[in-house]
Amino acid sequence: MSILEERKLQVYRKGAEPLQLDCNKQSVAGSVSQRACVFCGSRVVLYPIADALHVVHGPLGCASYTWDIRGALSSGPQLHRLSFSTDLREMDVIQGGEKKLAKALSQLIDQYHPKAAFVYSTCIVGVIGDDVEAVCRQVSAAKGIPVLPVHSEGFRGTKRDGYRAACEALLQLVGTGSTEGIGPVSVNILGDFNLAGEVWMIRDYFEKMGVQVVATITGDGRVDDIRRAHGAALNLVQCSGSMTHLAKQLQEKRGIPFKRVSYFGIEDMAQALYDTAEFFAPRCPGIVEKTAELVSQELAVVMPQIALYRRKLEGRKAAVYVGGAFKAFSLVRALRQLGMSTLMVGSQTGLREDYEELRDLCDEGTIIVDDSNPLELSAFLQEKEVDLFIGGVKERPIAYKLGVGFCDHNHERKQPLAGFLGMLNFAREVYNTVASPVWKLTPRGRKREMARELS
Amino acid sequence: MTAIEPQAATRNACKLCAPLGACMALRGVEGAAPFLHGSQGCATYIRRYLISHFREPVDIAVSGFSEATTVFGGRDNLHSGLKNVARQYHPELIGIATTCLPETIGEDVGFLLHEFDPGGDSELRLVHVSTPSYRGTHVDGFHATIRALVEQLADGGTAGEHVNVFPGMVSPADLRYLKEVFADFGLEATLLPDYSETLDGPQLDEYQKIPAGGTPVEKVRGMGRARASLELGRTLAESGTAAAFLDSQFDVPRRKLGWPIGVLESDRFFAALAELTGRPTPEKHVKERGRLVDSYVDAHKYVFGRRAIVYGEEDLVVGLTAFLAEIGVQPVLCASGGESGRLKEAVTAVAGDAADDIVVREGMDFATMGEVARGLAPDFLIGSSKGYSVSRDLDIPLIRVGFPIHDRIGGQRILHLGYRGAQQLFDAVTNTLLARAQDGSPVGYSYL
Repeated sequence: MSILEERKLQVYRKGAEPLQLDCNKQSVAGSVSQRACVFCGSRVVLYPIADALHVVHGPLGCASYTWDIRGALSSGPQLHRLSFSTDLREMDVIQGGEKKLAKALSQLIDQYHPKAAFVYSTCIVGVIGDDVEAVCRQVSAAKGIPVLPVHSEGFRGTKRDGYRAACEALLQLVGTGSTEGIGPVSVNILGDFNLAGEVWMIRDYFEKMGVQVVATITGDGRVDDIRRAHGAALNLVQCSGSMTHLAKQLQEKRGIPFKRVSYFGIEDMAQALYDTAEFFAPRCPGIVEKTAELVSQELAVVMPQIALYRRKLEGRKAAVYVGGAFKAFSLVRALRQLGMSTLMVGSQTGLREDYEELRDLCDEGTIIVDDSNPLELSAFLQEKEVDLFIGGVKERPIAYKLGVGFCDHNHERKQPLAGFLGMLNFAREVYNTVASPVWKLTPRGRKREMARELS
Repeated sequence: MTAIEPQAATRNACKLCAPLGACMALRGVEGAAPFLHGSQGCATYIRRYLISHFREPVDIAVSGFSEATTVFGGRDNLHSGLKNVARQYHPELIGIATTCLPETIGEDVGFLLHEFDPGGDSELRLVHVSTPSYRGTHVDGFHATIRALVEQLADGGTAGEHVNVFPGMVSPADLRYLKEVFADFGLEATLLPDYSETLDGPQLDEYQKIPAGGTPVEKVRGMGRARASLELGRTLAESGTAAAFLDSQFDVPRRKLGWPIGVLESDRFFAALAELTGRPTPEKHVKERGRLVDSYVDAHKYVFGRRAIVYGEEDLVVGLTAFLAEIGVQPVLCASGGESGRLKEAVTAVAGDAADDIVVREGMDFATMGEVARGLAPDFLIGSSKGYSVSRDLDIPLIRVGFPIHDRIGGQRILHLGYRGAQQLFDAVTNTLLARAQDGSPVGYSYL
């Protein structure tokens, strides 16, 4: 396989030499990157806020492609699952889309009664010169709810810049609500999107520990909770890429400390709870013991079953390619827990420090790749002869076409994979794909069978 | 029902943007690589959308606009992107479709492509199509791409024996069926596009950079020498289509038919083939027709008088309406996100007596459909999986056809066309209604 000259520094094989990996840059033209755009980054972060109106300002495509595609659940309103677009046409492009946007917002707010509205700018909005901020201000004044512009023009950077734009919009909300009733042992959960109800599981753990959860940002998110999020004593940040900006800003402006956590895999999940307990220990005696008890109770339920899966999966090989590198750390550890090694790992938007951590975590010979593409990924899967590929919808057909098992760890999944129970689900998911008899019928499977018979 | 104020926003759209149609059409040309001139996200979103339906790898390259590109123009990104695709994918052809961004900044993509030098003695062909997402829908992007391919590749010369067929945005199963029918008639046909294999392929042990299959570029070149063009789609424009171009440029006579869905529209299609080849409809298809009509009779009472909402791409809607009307189902709403301006006329032409009671709506979205539907007392919906929310709200079944099918497998294998496709549609409609009656019955009859 040939790797494009411009991309050679974005692929690293762990060996004796130190990490050399180029990252956090614009995708190479024509490389068929698996990445999306700034808009996608913003939309991903804000989407789960269920009582807000999400209006995509631009031609139709961007709204259509993001209509109800995620498993981000809400315990109440379902407004986030609708797709609203100003559907700009040729005449709007010529004459400007401000009037149409104002009218659309006004009608939709009257119709759906949201608690706030987010207005996402797509590529051409900046180019045709619409003053989206002014329209938002005007509608906000008329309707009495926050109407927040999200500067998410697709070309203005990468998905990571979209996360930042979303955090900026959220920062407009945080601090505008009352903090009454918020105690000293309280957190905000940042960077969990409540896929398949994951944030409910996590919230439940914290509540059992005696920790109050003020706002879940943005999984099962509510505008009013976000408005009072500044009352929490600690921010717990998962998915480092998407929410770190918000956490840093809240630390800087409001003095709220934050901790990076992950809820994937037994080790990381337990660590997240222990870190939180430790933080509150001085003001909440007994919390560490309570947490230890909780963890051991949860483990007692899932570990015996996980052990059964481990017996079946031991020695199998995996490849991982995900959006943010932080999730990759957890996955490498979780796979190890199942007795599996990760021979290729990559991400769309990792930073240098992320890849350094990945390097330390991985075995010799592991391929580490930034901003990869189908030709590279398919070549890596074949070279490493993996049994499993973990990724999202765009990675799935690459695995399947080559007769490799696949586990969806992206936003479309409908299976909770976080928390202790999530680890059991993960083990089952991995087992269900790796152990399926269908592989025996595929060209790759037949080759393997023949090789086995010969040896 | 109170009058609904015209909405400024589109709510749950029943359409997609033009570049998606372009990419799908380009997948139907052998050795072709689709390439979008625009932002990274456009390619990725479209890939994901197509992958979720076809469940096949769909590689789409993109030039990837940045802030600087948007200010200074996309020339360098376009050129380096094309070079990279040529180097990595070794395509015979790269189809370059524009997105809204370069079109809005007024980029002269034609000129930029003219300047492009692939290097070496490359035989690489470039085909350019303008598909800004603020103009038309994915269907318009699809047809514009077919037209661009023909316009930029076809050449004239002595007329051959072959016939051009422009099927429209049908399923891979439909394309395979059409090819079988042509073979049975002994008709030499160039089908454009043909993604019957590229978007519905077998398991492999090597990743195919460009999936095998598709209409060979040589065949597209030969379209200017065909003895006739057959284009399917009653809502196609009189001018501007690939067949219209071949007619005016190379005097290839053009014949327009509806999508052959149901007995009557299929009869027209088979009659046209019989006329073109001078042969009667082959026995195999006569028998399929016979069994189909026989099944219509067997089950006519289960479906008669039932009320259906039909939605999706305009030509699909017209075909389904023809089929439903001939089995005694009353289409109550025929809707599309498309805005050809020709849907009502086409629906009326095929619906016979049922036409009087049909609400026909172009430019409709699913939220509006849900609101309008309440007053129409429909028994079922027929269209893509995107109507699921409406079907759930109304608590009536959805029969999944067309594109996209994102909540079931096998969208690429749904056969809509011909007697065989009608048989499958008819069984699906009838059995859905029977299941509904059975499940809803307190008795739970096990013998119907």
